[in-house]
Amino acid sequence: MPSLKDLRNRIASVKATQKITKAMQMVAAAKLRRAQSAAEAARPYANRMGVVLGNLAGGVAPGSGPALLAGTGKDQVHLLVVCTGERGLCGAFNTAIVRLAREHINSLVAQGKTVKILCVGKKGYDQLKRQYEKQIIELVDLRSVRNIGFTNADAIGKKIISLFEGGQFDVCTLYFSRFRSVIAQIPTALQLIPAQIPVNDNAAGGAQAAYEAEPEQEEILATLLPRNISVQVFTALLENMASFYGSQMSAMDNATRNAGEMIRKQTTLYNRSRQAMITKELIEIISGAEAL
Amino acid sequence: MAAFHFELVSPEQLLFSGEVESVVVPGTEGQFTVLKYHAPVMTTLKPGVVEVEESPARKRRVFVRGGFADVAPTGLTVLAEQAIALEDFDAAKLAQEIKNAEEDVADAAAGESKRAASEKLDQLRELKAALGL
Repeated sequence: MPSLKDLRNRIASVKATQKITKAMQMVAAAKLRRAQSAAEAARPYANRMGVVLGNLAGGVAPGSGPALLAGTGKDQVHLLVVCTGERGLCGAFNTAIVRLAREHINSLVAQGKTVKILCVGKKGYDQLKRQYEKQIIELVDLRSVRNIGFTNADAIGKKIISLFEGGQFDVCTLYFSRFRSVIAQIPTALQLIPAQIPVNDNAAGGAQAAYEAEPEQEEILATLLPRNISVQVFTALLENMASFYGSQMSAMDNATRNAGEMIRKQTTLYNRSRQAMITKELIEIISGAEAL
Repeated sequence: MAAFHFELVSPEQLLFSGEVESVVVPGTEGQFTVLKYHAPVMTTLKPGVVEVEESPARKRRVFVRGGFADVAPTGLTVLAEQAIALEDFDAAKLAQEIKNAEEDVADAAAGESKRAASEKLDQLRELKAALGL
């Protein structure tokens, strides 16, 4: 049976924790709003980019064209770019992405493929290095970056491309969490190389409209494809950011509620034992008076 | 003049979407004007100014730093690497900004902040060149 003082201390400490989780929840909510609008603002660009690529790639015979589009013709070495958060205290956000990536890694390894991992975000790195330390080739740390700009994504995109041009891998897949709503973040795998071209069913197009290209089509594709990768990474990072704050917000909301519940229980216990003590003392006094 | 659909997007946001009468696009192989029923063309852009004419009375100028223009039967889409509306720029203000940026570069310590400052300066100089000031 804990003493009254113990109970008092316990209640005070839970109250302090509750204040912290509450503050974190509100901070996450404020940041979520910003991250969400950033993610939504970036969507049109990625969509148009897909359409433009589709228009252009429609004219290229399947299997031909630049290596970024057609692939190397093999799928022996896989590069997995795993984007996670830099911080914890966000529910199952990081774990969900890592779990998806891990399932893919295991199935690829079972098929006898070689796997390489590029980690973006420290939390995913921490979770993956336990099992796959040798496969991890690099960790991109974005902790010092407050607002993710296109330059950050571009740097990662360039890194991926230089690895690809160096013949380091054949297939590249990006793992991140797509933001649906505050309570739903969907871990997603997206194949970057060879590029997945959205199929265009342009009503006006019918048969693909003959495109004039300035400069040559190949040249445009050669600039457009690397750019597309950076854009995809950028979108992924922004979606991830929004998902992270969404996940953190609901996790902290839960924590605050649990703390409230705990305070209620402990307070009941505290009051009961205080009352029991008073009753005991009264009985002692009364029986002492009666004995005289 | 007949209107057609025009969209200007940068990675950060959708800058313009709507019906316009003509758009001047700074292509790498030369500037060209897009009107309705323009033949489908795909081109890369050089840093320069996109001139949008919504109606003879309403014109807008936007500075873009490279990107792509896609003229499709459905309309024109410009994917800019970076876009800055020019309404809030004039020669004096720009000169002042360039001066500030130069000072920032001189003051900034080595590393990330220096890089950011000199990038900003480069942008402003490109902008100045594009405006022909």
